[in-house]
Amino acid sequence: MPRDVEPSINQRDFIFSAIQQGLRVDGRSPLQARKTTIRFGNSLGWVECSIGETRVVAQISATVTRPYFDRPFEGIIVIHTEFSPMASSAYETGRPSEEEITMARILEKTIRRSEALDREALCILAGQKVSVPHRETNTKIVRGQQVWTLRLTIQFLADEGNLLDCACMAAMAALRHFRKPEVEVVGDEATMFSPEERAPVPLALHHQPLCVSFVSLGPRNTPVMDPSRLEEQLAHGKMTISLNAQKEICVLQKAGGVALPADEVLHAVNVAVSRVRDMSDLLNRSLEEDSRTRVIEVR
Amino acid sequence: MSRFEPLNAGNLRSDGRRPLELRSFSAELTTHPSADGSASVSHGLTQVTACVYGPREAKNRAQTMHDRALVNIEVEVAPWAGEVRRQRTKGDRRTAEFAASVKATFEPVIQTTLYPRSEIDIHIHVLQLDGGLLQAGINATTLALVDAGIPMLDYVSSLSAGLYHTTAMLDLTNLEESDLPSVTVAVLPRSGKVTLVSMETRLHVDRFEEMFKLAMEGGKVLRGEMDKVVRERTKVLARQMEGGAAQDEDRMETDDL
Repeated sequence: MPRDVEPSINQRDFIFSAIQQGLRVDGRSPLQARKTTIRFGNSLGWVECSIGETRVVAQISATVTRPYFDRPFEGIIVIHTEFSPMASSAYETGRPSEEEITMARILEKTIRRSEALDREALCILAGQKVSVPHRETNTKIVRGQQVWTLRLTIQFLADEGNLLDCACMAAMAALRHFRKPEVEVVGDEATMFSPEERAPVPLALHHQPLCVSFVSLGPRNTPVMDPSRLEEQLAHGKMTISLNAQKEICVLQKAGGVALPADEVLHAVNVAVSRVRDMSDLLNRSLEEDSRTRVIEVR
Repeated sequence: MSRFEPLNAGNLRSDGRRPLELRSFSAELTTHPSADGSASVSHGLTQVTACVYGPREAKNRAQTMHDRALVNIEVEVAPWAGEVRRQRTKGDRRTAEFAASVKATFEPVIQTTLYPRSEIDIHIHVLQLDGGLLQAGINATTLALVDAGIPMLDYVSSLSAGLYHTTAMLDLTNLEESDLPSVTVAVLPRSGKVTLVSMETRLHVDRFEEMFKLAMEGGKVLRGEMDKVVRERTKVLARQMEGGAAQDEDRMETDDL
């Protein structure tokens, strides 16, 4: 496993002395984030999110499968995170590094563990299924399978720091943007309609958690929001907070690193609350804009 | 869904504890004869053993650092540890994440700069699991490092806390952990600073502070307990070094030395 090239001593000293004066290399103040943009692709559930130069693509696809035997009334959501050397030379294909595992786990906790998605709403047929032949050309009769499986693939395109926040934003945007084909259940028989016949329906989401990351930088461990790649490398510690717009903490992870006073942790939480509010607004606005230009309904 | 009652009418928890009562904590040092330092810690039914090897020459030369020691953590969860027998694979993500958290917690606390180009291996074995894996793992590692005589800035003591309606509880069992919002906090008791915070369940911001601060206070109390164990052990060692006096009982206790 190759080690990442460490930043030079000059770079480190410069960044540390600047942060002591409340300055960052890219001209931001310590608790200021870079510009976030969200772009929707042609298909539903394809979203590219960028924070500064960091870019992530999230894509969702849905298939009908059998449920897990111990959860017969719930749909399945699978989250794939794909780190490739394309994002940064620090990543390697194959065995994921500790950093990558931590990131994937936080995403999983934020999206799955916090119940952001209503999994019971992904259930099509709860009981025994009966196979019935096709009736119409465009519709499918669902046989022997009863729940939706959503595959959320997150592809990291460029790592200029703060991949996690970007990935989480992209994932939530994709979940809200995606629509699954409509299914009608009559008795024991489920009929899936093609998009031409009936408009696909959006997913049922309980809430919209988003991640905010901080690093501690410099001799005084100044908290810095939305770190760049260089700042991440030089940081003494990292803290990630996932929140939703209702001010509920979904994940709070400060796994080691430099020790902070309790008040600093609580202060970071409060900063994250307002940052998440802004991010949620941006996400809602972008989705609204997209829905104005996109035609989904049946004419 | 579940009918589990975390706190009954008498303000007692499912195992009869009061909300702020910890489970019985016990720790033992030098449990492992071949390790440089080892400790076994149990919080109620959760039992974890940690072994420290090193500082020694790094096995993996590519990972050595010229100015400090490499801290390497291996975690193994026994298949019978939980309620259901479960064999975890080598690349299990949860275990890997746990190891990464422990590593990041101890790297700044251990004075690694004193041992350049060397390696400190820490093996954590989870023997029984009834909630509080992270806290038990961290506490066992602290004690094992103390036992190995590796210089650290402070103890790291860790404790979990949960919240039921508005009542905060300390040291959750598995049953409580799966039902309540909970947080695990690791503190450096001397400076009162917090090095690890891990929360995975949904909770309103306004409710978080109380639970978080209580877990920190609890961590400081736990440090006192850990300190007692270390002092006991050191007393025994000191008496042995003096030789002669009071050999009989002591040699029985620590015949591995």
